[in-house]
Amino acid sequence: MGFNRVSIKVKIKKIYSVINSVEVVPYIFVLPFIITFLVFFLYPIISSVIMSFQNIAGFRDVTFVGWKNYRNLLNPHYYSALKVSFLYTFLTIAILIPFPLILAALLNNKLLRGRNIFRSSLFMPALTSVIVAGMFFRFAFGTQPTALFNQIIGFFGLGPITWLQGRSTGMLALVVLCVWRWTGVNIVYFLAGLQGIPQELYESADIDGANSLQKFFNITIPSLKPVIIFVTTISVFGGFSMFAESFAYWTSRSPGDIGLTLVAYIYQTGFNNNNFGFASAIGITLLIIIMMVNVLQLNLFGFFKKD
Amino acid sequence: MRTKTKDSKTGSYSSFIVFTFICIIFLAPFFFMLVTSFKPGQEMLSKGLTLKINFDAMTLNNYKIIFFEDNRYLTWYKNSLIITALYTVLSLFFSSLVGYGLAVYNFKGKNLLFFIVLLVMMVPLEILLLPLYRLMITLNLMDTYLGVVLPFAVSPFAIFFFRQYIIGLPKELIEAARVDGCGEFRIFFKIIAPLMKPAFGAMTILQAMTSWNAFVWPLVVLRSAKKLTLPIGLMSLLTPYGNSYDMIMPGAVMSVIPIAILFLLNQRAFIEGLTAGGIKQ
Repeated sequence: MGFNRVSIKVKIKKIYSVINSVEVVPYIFVLPFIITFLVFFLYPIISSVIMSFQNIAGFRDVTFVGWKNYRNLLNPHYYSALKVSFLYTFLTIAILIPFPLILAALLNNKLLRGRNIFRSSLFMPALTSVIVAGMFFRFAFGTQPTALFNQIIGFFGLGPITWLQGRSTGMLALVVLCVWRWTGVNIVYFLAGLQGIPQELYESADIDGANSLQKFFNITIPSLKPVIIFVTTISVFGGFSMFAESFAYWTSRSPGDIGLTLVAYIYQTGFNNNNFGFASAIGITLLIIIMMVNVLQLNLFGFFKKD
Repeated sequence: MRTKTKDSKTGSYSSFIVFTFICIIFLAPFFFMLVTSFKPGQEMLSKGLTLKINFDAMTLNNYKIIFFEDNRYLTWYKNSLIITALYTVLSLFFSSLVGYGLAVYNFKGKNLLFFIVLLVMMVPLEILLLPLYRLMITLNLMDTYLGVVLPFAVSPFAIFFFRQYIIGLPKELIEAARVDGCGEFRIFFKIIAPLMKPAFGAMTILQAMTSWNAFVWPLVVLRSAKKLTLPIGLMSLLTPYGNSYDMIMPGAVMSVIPIAILFLLNQRAFIEGLTAGGIKQ
């Protein structure tokens, strides 16, 4: 017995020294990621691709249907969702790049008093959840003449408007919510980029007699290119995967599909109609769209060019 | 030279005015949420959220409801706290381990693994909603806190951040510890982890906020009323029954306040955490 115990001890020591060796230990450190990647990422992606070729009536009642789910994408709801997602992504990027960029450039001026307070104030909306912010805007965009945005346009003798029931005003409400929550975050990104620009560039431009606008377009913007690419990339992901904002305004069904984004469509067909095969097909197209738009965007910026 | 400083001085005055104006607009929603939270919910239902402030009609009744009368709100709060704590602890622990592994060692498949980390960061979770939902059913994790937390507990974003941070630390420390006969895990927990305090601070804030505000995935996983988190609970108040409407705005205000206080006390860590990755590249 005593001999056995000793041999177990020796074994444990041996195992421990193997685990602790520089050959094995790295894999133990990265193991949590490998497991989650396989279980919660690779497996779901593969099963999503498979499901997109199936008709799933119940957990066990599954039939292979070929490309049928993809052919079914040619319907007005899908077109509508595509349009909403593309337009939303485009509009949010069109606002959330130049607007924060200009504000960041102005905030970077050391002579500006209270710049930390301004930066923090603009950052505050990022702390709210989509739902909390959505609650505010949902009621601020109320149909009543007394609701906030109707009161504002009332000052100019306009309205009242049924904001969340119209296609373009509904889109406006979505974009406003996004701009409110993200301006401050993008400002901070741009500020970080601005602080990395060597001061000498501006000094030599001063000697050459460049004015502020020239300096902005010829030094600031080109130097910020990596940050602009980064912000555009995350905005493409954010834009195309938008759903909670729409849910906060209209829950899962909106009048005339005005709030139906691609993800909202996935949620609707998957969880409300239990049509998992079709919903997976939407998901796969969404993934392809996001990848394509980003490759296109990165190409446009010359990201893949090696110089 | 003189004209130039004069120029940028007047420039800074006009941008001061512009920023004051913009900040008022950006902070106004907080003000209106706060004011509306003291109004009867019925008024918000019939009039929408209005500019008019009638101080006489303001009441603390809504807060009395969410804290003392309707126990749903405190339940959601408790659930959100549990999930946030669980998620933050797990993701900091596992992601820092992985980040350390990727930063310190050379091993076969390391570059592939790092590429996969970046790839996972690039795919929005919304696409995985349905297959993950089915997986949760198979794993019996539906309607559990663990089901909300587990699929995202090893965060590629945090891994990336920790890796970058650890690469910046002096490697001699590790070498010296090895010479002293210190085991690899002890090196991480006793020597490196204490040096990562700022990185842990930034990631705590990022992960806690992500989890506190998360909506879509918890909406899929959580089913029973007593398990709901704050954002889902708030959404469920959009029914004209009972005193639901009284609870919406105070509920929204109380869910922002803890984060707002933490932010005001700890702005740098917040901003670093929320914008990590974009800066350190």
